[in-house]
Amino acid sequence: MANSVAARTEILRRICVATGPVADQAAIEAEWRGIDREYKKVKSVDHEGLLHQLEDRLRDYDAGVYRSTSDGIPTLVRKILTERGKKTMAVPSGIPAEWLPAGVTFVEDTRGDVSVIDSCDGVLTSATLAIAETGTIVLQDAPGQGRRAVTLLPDYHLCLLDAANIVQTVPEGIALLQPTAHLATTFFSGPSATADIEMTRIKGVHGPRFVDVILIVA
Amino acid sequence: MSLITFDPARVPSFQVAAKGLLGDTQMRKNVRHATTVIQNKRAIVVDEMPDWQQLRESGRQIKEHTLKHLDFYLQQFEENCTKAGGVVHWARDAAEAREIVIDLVRESGSKEVIKIKSMTTEEISLNKGLEAAGIHAYETDLAELIIQMGNDLPSHIVVPALHKNRQQIREIFMREMNLPDLGEKPADLAEAARTFLREKFLRVKTGVSGANFLIAETGGVCVVESEGNGRMCLTLPETLITIAGVEKVIPRYQDLEVFAQLLPRSATGERMNPYTSIWTGVHPTDGPRTFHVILMDNARTKILADQESRQTLACIRCGACQNICPVYRQTGGHAYGSVYAGPIGAILTPQLQEMHSGKSLPYASSLCGACYEVCPVKINIPEVLIHLRHKVVEQDTEGFGALNPEALAMKAMAMLFTSERRFRAAQRMGRMAERPLVNKAGWVTWLPGLLGGWTQVRDLHEMPKQTFREWFEQREANDGK
Repeated sequence: MANSVAARTEILRRICVATGPVADQAAIEAEWRGIDREYKKVKSVDHEGLLHQLEDRLRDYDAGVYRSTSDGIPTLVRKILTERGKKTMAVPSGIPAEWLPAGVTFVEDTRGDVSVIDSCDGVLTSATLAIAETGTIVLQDAPGQGRRAVTLLPDYHLCLLDAANIVQTVPEGIALLQPTAHLATTFFSGPSATADIEMTRIKGVHGPRFVDVILIVA
Repeated sequence: MSLITFDPARVPSFQVAAKGLLGDTQMRKNVRHATTVIQNKRAIVVDEMPDWQQLRESGRQIKEHTLKHLDFYLQQFEENCTKAGGVVHWARDAAEAREIVIDLVRESGSKEVIKIKSMTTEEISLNKGLEAAGIHAYETDLAELIIQMGNDLPSHIVVPALHKNRQQIREIFMREMNLPDLGEKPADLAEAARTFLREKFLRVKTGVSGANFLIAETGGVCVVESEGNGRMCLTLPETLITIAGVEKVIPRYQDLEVFAQLLPRSATGERMNPYTSIWTGVHPTDGPRTFHVILMDNARTKILADQESRQTLACIRCGACQNICPVYRQTGGHAYGSVYAGPIGAILTPQLQEMHSGKSLPYASSLCGACYEVCPVKINIPEVLIHLRHKVVEQDTEGFGALNPEALAMKAMAMLFTSERRFRAAQRMGRMAERPLVNKAGWVTWLPGLLGGWTQVRDLHEMPKQTFREWFEQREANDGK
């Protein structure tokens, strides 16, 4: 689009007229570092306190929350899926085989046609980290978490998270994510929801309407 | 977004539109309910943050810093987004932005697009432009779907259909989706939207979105949403086209730590919104294979050039100022004649229209300052309102405008106020002149002629029997005895 070059030049010119010539990068960076950031950045509770806070927030969003040791995972997964009546579960590549119990069909996502995922009863993934204060779990395009569509199309998401990867505050979470900032990243806080009808938060529109979280503890 | 739009040349003044809308008791009830619920929720999750004021201040400073170096950050974003496989376009105005989108959709080989709720696309009436080019846009946000199917206009930045209640929404869905047995529980309505849209998500190959944040440091784009329709539009299509105002850029990934706290708590009263998506250019085996970003000016650089109103561009579109505004809560959003309603609309709209229209909007406020108090990035809206009122008056009194009755009346007032003698005489005359107009309760509810403009929207208290000076002089005189 040829006119885009002209548009770019013109917009940058207008900005220059409004704000003065471009400052040098070092000065801009120094100014950015000078921005006041007096808000809370680090956690103020112990590990157990973190777990409690995350569990409380997740339940507040209407997600199911469980704790398990590594050894207990397959048994608990089987129990939850049986109770939920889920028979076919999508999984991204990189999910530890020892998490998956017998008696449930697990379909590995090959990143092809999404209709395969869409027809599953649910999806089971791991996660990068969780932010306790806001009840947020972060998924990235990493082994065990998969592409974004896999945690979106099924109506049910069972997410396993190592409790060592729980932080309390949003700044702690963002700092941990910084090195992998280029990956496709999704923050989810409970099941899909809307408040568009009379400002009442109701569960579920397009993403998973049902979410269970297993916190893996030592 | 529906095909009807707010036409700046045709919308009535705020005062005229408001008068009509105040008679719509159902709308007023819906708006009052929704804004009360959301305000209460916001208050709870803001009160639990002891560092809220520090977060606001940081948010303000980040925005101020970014706007000061906007050319640097836009170019940095462009460079990094391009490196990651995105294609960056620039649009000087709404028409140019629409043209680019239409060309890109045609290039993608699609005659349909799925859309995420985006105020920027509302601002440029994108759907109407697409339709004229033979491209159908499906709105996928629940509220936007309600607006589109009801051939209605948005009335709120975050919850565009908040002027409709569940029964009204049910009627629209029953009619448009052909569902005679649809229930009226919000969950039933959401389920209907889920079923209706799922097929579109899986079929339509081109998506259109706005953006909450463009991250200069990484070239990444961030979209904040609730329902998952955003994730569908960002992930499933082969081509994604994102339109963002130039002011949406933020310097660094780390800056998200501030806005990810300020925005959800201010917008929907949640500790965190259900979904936040961040992507950087094209991800080879995840999501669209082609990604375009359009950086749009559309009068934003004009606002940037005005030192006193530049802060308008710091807005992160949370809608908190609308929910708390005593004027918005009475009139609803449509009275503002713009997709941006409420206090932020009252300052943004006239400036986006370069002060050619929307000139009644800076007066759509009692200047109570509640909007400033709740603003997560501390935009001093009352200050900007007054600045814009000044601009309107300057325009109106230019040339022969200096002879308009209001300007003459103001000159006469200035004469009175600059002389104690004349002022005292005027007070005495006023007390006599008002006598036939004062009702039993001591109020003036009607004034004749041009002065009537004042009493159309507010009552005047009768003048006191004695002024302070008169009382003081009398007291001094009595003391002397």
